[in-house]
Amino acid sequence: MAISDIAEPSAKVFAETPVLNVESLEVTYYTDAGRAKALDDVSFTLRAGEKLGMVGESGSGKSTLALAMMRMIKPPGRIEGGKVLVDDVDLMALTDEEMRQSRLSRIAYIPQGAMNSLNPVMRIGAQMVDAVRSHLPDESRSAMADRCAHALRSVDLDPSVFRMHPHELSGGMQQRVCIAIGVLLEPKVIIADEPTSALDVVTQRQVMETIDRVKDEINAAVILIGHDMGLMAQFVDRVAVMYSGRLVEVSTVREMFTDPNHPYARALINSLPNLDNKGVFQGIPGLAPSLLRLPSGCAFHPRCAEARPVCAEKRPRARMLDTGRLVTCHLFDPEVAT
Amino acid sequence: MTALLELRDVSKTYSSGLLSAKSTVALKGVSLTLDEAEPTILTVAGESGSGKTTLAMLLLGFTEPTTGQIIYRGKDITTLSGADRLAFRREVQAVFQDPFAVFNPFYTVDHLLTVPIRQFKLANSRKDARARMDEALTAVGLRPEDVLGRFPHQLSGGQRQRINVARALLLKPRLLIADEPVSMVDASLRASILETFRNLQRDHGVSIIYITHDLTTAYHIAKSIIVLYRGSVMEAGDVDQVIKSPHHPYTRLLVDSIPWPNLDQRWGTERIKVREADTGAGGCVFRSRCLHAMDKCGAVPSLLQLKSHQAAACHLHEGHAVVEPERLSDLLPI
Repeated sequence: MAISDIAEPSAKVFAETPVLNVESLEVTYYTDAGRAKALDDVSFTLRAGEKLGMVGESGSGKSTLALAMMRMIKPPGRIEGGKVLVDDVDLMALTDEEMRQSRLSRIAYIPQGAMNSLNPVMRIGAQMVDAVRSHLPDESRSAMADRCAHALRSVDLDPSVFRMHPHELSGGMQQRVCIAIGVLLEPKVIIADEPTSALDVVTQRQVMETIDRVKDEINAAVILIGHDMGLMAQFVDRVAVMYSGRLVEVSTVREMFTDPNHPYARALINSLPNLDNKGVFQGIPGLAPSLLRLPSGCAFHPRCAEARPVCAEKRPRARMLDTGRLVTCHLFDPEVAT
Repeated sequence: MTALLELRDVSKTYSSGLLSAKSTVALKGVSLTLDEAEPTILTVAGESGSGKTTLAMLLLGFTEPTTGQIIYRGKDITTLSGADRLAFRREVQAVFQDPFAVFNPFYTVDHLLTVPIRQFKLANSRKDARARMDEALTAVGLRPEDVLGRFPHQLSGGQRQRINVARALLLKPRLLIADEPVSMVDASLRASILETFRNLQRDHGVSIIYITHDLTTAYHIAKSIIVLYRGSVMEAGDVDQVIKSPHHPYTRLLVDSIPWPNLDQRWGTERIKVREADTGAGGCVFRSRCLHAMDKCGAVPSLLQLKSHQAAACHLHEGHAVVEPERLSDLLPI
């Protein structure tokens, strides 16, 4: 390995055993129009301190994955099977009360537009204390205040924010308050669902740097959900690409950007604007399929430039390649490819 | 050259409070001319609160400038009446940020297209109207049979946004004001909408004012750029020059924060200063966040010409020739 490679995020040393293990997670929405399989056999692992980017078009199942891991899927949706292990505790097997205790302390979720979830008539402090008290009812007032002040400082906010109302803060500050609440109980896994989609670039960078710093402080694993590949390139260690409820590729960020394997991932990377290709707009032809009427075989085959007859007939299986990358495509299946 | 649109020293101040009369300067002394003969794409960039949406509202005539004038084809748009007003309404079109909010969910999407046809009497017969709708939809890359007769919720965000563009196109506008048109659209569909804009400019001779905080798309689509911060012009000029070698500390911060999808082009490492509330101290508006702030910054910097197509309003570049505010357009290549 060249010396220059050591500085790469992908070359960082992580703990051997994963802190998060998602195994064959399945979620189905039972709608009047039919059954929609929003998550289909999704499996991946994540180590402490690692950042995973989850990308895909709207409707590909990114947010459903986050909600399923938090066990917050509401009817008509149902978790049909699978395991989510955080430190060997299967969240799916917990009772409702145990799961409630696990949220925020084992696994935290920063939803899309989180800043809108702050209560406008409550002071920031009261909302933070609320979260702590429901998990640690015995903690003393002073310990609680310390914990909150520490969380605020860790996201670069002045402890005086504790006494403020949400409207006194800018969008970026509100978003950082939500991150502070997310890390109050030092969870092992943080899921951030498009945490910066409503913010401008400077504030976005600030919020992402905050998440990074806080993550290092509590050595958590981070899942960043979004569709901005630029943000992924700047922030994550590994990228997972979702398409129609399935993981089609999981690679390190460097592999993904220099040598994407799955044709969809390749199209995604090629559609990116860069400094060198001014004025070249290359979208991905076609539209994402409806989950109610998935194409036969591989769901991507109608849009795929390299589709073969087999792609319309047989569904590809997720395969772990020798390089340690996960790819769900017949092109990479030696039995089918030959 | 004849001016299609001319802003003469336009300022907009919002005041709130009846007695204390706290006022916020949303736009300060902006002059700009768009040439009629040469359609161009001009980006107006800046973060939230920079005054870019105020500029769109002013250009569309939704709000009146506090001082200064906006002249459209030789006439002040606040005093337009009758036929002139109708012509202005037809020739200046808008595409807004949210592709969901502009549709009435109770009507099929045809409604959005038939209303302007009726309003501006663009077609003589039902058949003619349909032909025009088909033509506009095809121009934005939609198949009419795919979208007509459908309800908004049955279409994707990208399709809806393209219908908005088609509606604007239907009226054969001279000027299109696009306020963050792709920020709520999936990345894979962004490309096709931007492509549509570029074709509009190239093939249909429409000038476009592209308002955004996303310098990546600005770089790809626009010819020239104006960077605003708190209502004042920070930097302006050729989009290539401004983005590849920004000279104003604010533009540098913006460019440094672009998440380029490129592993070798990392975010800047300079620590970001938190934006503070307007202190009202005067001087350079960026002063409180600037890493290079000096005593001199207590005075409002003039726009200084750095190259033939680039100028920045910053004391760091003292010694360069001053660009008079009304000559801002000369910096922008067409």
